[in-house]
Amino acid sequence: MVMPPALLTIRSISKRFGDRTVLEGINLDVRQGETVTIIGASGSGKTTLLRCINWLERPDHGDVRIANEIIGRTLDGRAASEGELARQRRHFGFVFQRFNLFPHLTALENVALGPRRVLGVSRAVAEARAIKELARVRLEEHLHKRPSQLSGGQQQRVAIARALAMDPSIILFDEPTSALDPELVQEVLDAMRGLAAEGMTMVVVTHEMRFARGVADRVVFMADGSIVEEGPPGIIFENPQDPRLQRFLRHLEPAST
Amino acid sequence: MFFDWGVVAYAAPLLAHGVVMTLQVSIVAGILGLAIGLLTGLASLSGIRAIEILVRAYVDFVRGTPLLIQIFLVFFALPVVGLRLPEYWAGVAALAINSGAYIAEVVRGAVGSVEKGQSEAALSIGMVRRQVLWWVLMPQAWRPMVPSLTNDLITLTKNSSLLSVISVYELTRAGQAIISTHFAPFEIYLLLAIYYYLLIAALTWASRRLERSLPTW
Repeated sequence: MVMPPALLTIRSISKRFGDRTVLEGINLDVRQGETVTIIGASGSGKTTLLRCINWLERPDHGDVRIANEIIGRTLDGRAASEGELARQRRHFGFVFQRFNLFPHLTALENVALGPRRVLGVSRAVAEARAIKELARVRLEEHLHKRPSQLSGGQQQRVAIARALAMDPSIILFDEPTSALDPELVQEVLDAMRGLAAEGMTMVVVTHEMRFARGVADRVVFMADGSIVEEGPPGIIFENPQDPRLQRFLRHLEPAST
Repeated sequence: MFFDWGVVAYAAPLLAHGVVMTLQVSIVAGILGLAIGLLTGLASLSGIRAIEILVRAYVDFVRGTPLLIQIFLVFFALPVVGLRLPEYWAGVAALAINSGAYIAEVVRGAVGSVEKGQSEAALSIGMVRRQVLWWVLMPQAWRPMVPSLTNDLITLTKNSSLLSVISVYELTRAGQAIISTHFAPFEIYLLLAIYYYLLIAALTWASRRLERSLPTW
C-alpha cells in the first residue's frame, strides 16, 4: 500500500521550561484525514507537544512543517513576523481543555468572530458560516446563548465549531473532555467521531481510551517528554512493548477501558 | 467658639461659581486623562519594547513626583520651550497627565488579569495581538475597571483644588478669595469640604450605577 505524503511533519522538537526538559527530540508525521491520539501519564509532555505544533508554545528546537511551510519561518527562511505567524496558525484549529470560549459573546458570535475579524468577511457571511458550523455540532438551537448559559458539553462543541469556522487543515484537541462532567463526555466525543468520519485530520491528546481505541487511526504513547511507542490502536492496546506503556495501560484498566 | 453664619450665608452662593469651575476642570481633565490612560495603557501591552519603556517612564515619573510640582512644571516650564498655556489649560493638562498615568496602570492591570486562555483562544483562530486586545480582552476588562477608574476620577476631582496655586478660579481658589476679604477661614474651609464631599458623593453614585449597567457574563 502506498502511503500518502504527510500533511504535518514534526522534526526533532525540543522544549525546556527553565531547567526542566519537557520535550526531547519529538518526531511525528500526520497524514491527511488521519486521526492521531496522543496518550500518556500527566507530565509526559503531551499537551506541550500539542501547543508547540501551532506555536502557542514556541519550541526551542526543531521544525513543524505543514503544507510546505515551516511554522515560525517565512519561505525564504527568515523568522516569521507576528502577522505571518498568525496566518500560519490558521492551518490549525485548537480545542482547549477548558473550552476558552469568549464569555462576552454568544455562541454565534464566538464562532463568527474569526471569520469576521481575521478573514475579514462580511457580517452576514460570517454569521451564515457560524450557523452552519454550529449546526454541524448540533447546537442550532443555542445560537444566541452566552457560554455561561450552556453546559460544559455544549460549550466544548461551540469551541469545536469555532475552530471549524476557520477552515483549518488540522484540528488539535487538548484533552477536550477532561473538564467535563461524565454525563457530558459522550456528546463531545460523538461530535469528534463525526469529524473523523468526515475525513477531518485531527491530533487528540486524551485520557479517553475508548475514543483512542475506537476512533484513532494511530495511537502515540508519550513518556518523559519522548514518544516511546506508536502504532495502530489494536497493537498499542493489545500488544504493548515498552514497559512504561504496559504499566500505563495496566493502571487505566479498571477505570476507562 | 463663635461661628459666623452670616459669612456662610454670604459665601455659599458665591462659591457656586467655583463649583462649576471645579466640575468643568475635573470633567475635561477626566476625559483627557481617560483618553491618555487608555491609549498608554494599551500601548504598554502592545509588545513593542520601545513603546513599553516609554510608557513605563511616563508612569514612573508621574508616580514618583508630587502633583504640585507637575502643575508648576507644566505652568512654568512649558513656556521655556515655547508652549505658553493659559492657567486654565495648564491646570487641566497637568491633571490629565497625572491621572492618565494612574489610569494607564488600571487599564494594564484589568486587561492583564483577563484569563490567559482567552488570549490563547484568540491567537489560535489567527488573531494578532492588536485584535486580541481589541476584540477579546478589552470588552472583558471594562467592568472590573470601573471601581478603580472611579477612584482615580475622585482623586482627580480632589486634586483639582491644587490648581488654586496657579490662580485657576475653582472652588478652593474661590473660597480663599472670600477668606482674604472676610477672614473666616474655619467657616469657609468647612463649606469647601462639604461642597467637595457632595461632588464626590455624586461621582460615587454615578459610578455604582454605571457598574451595575455593564454586563456580566
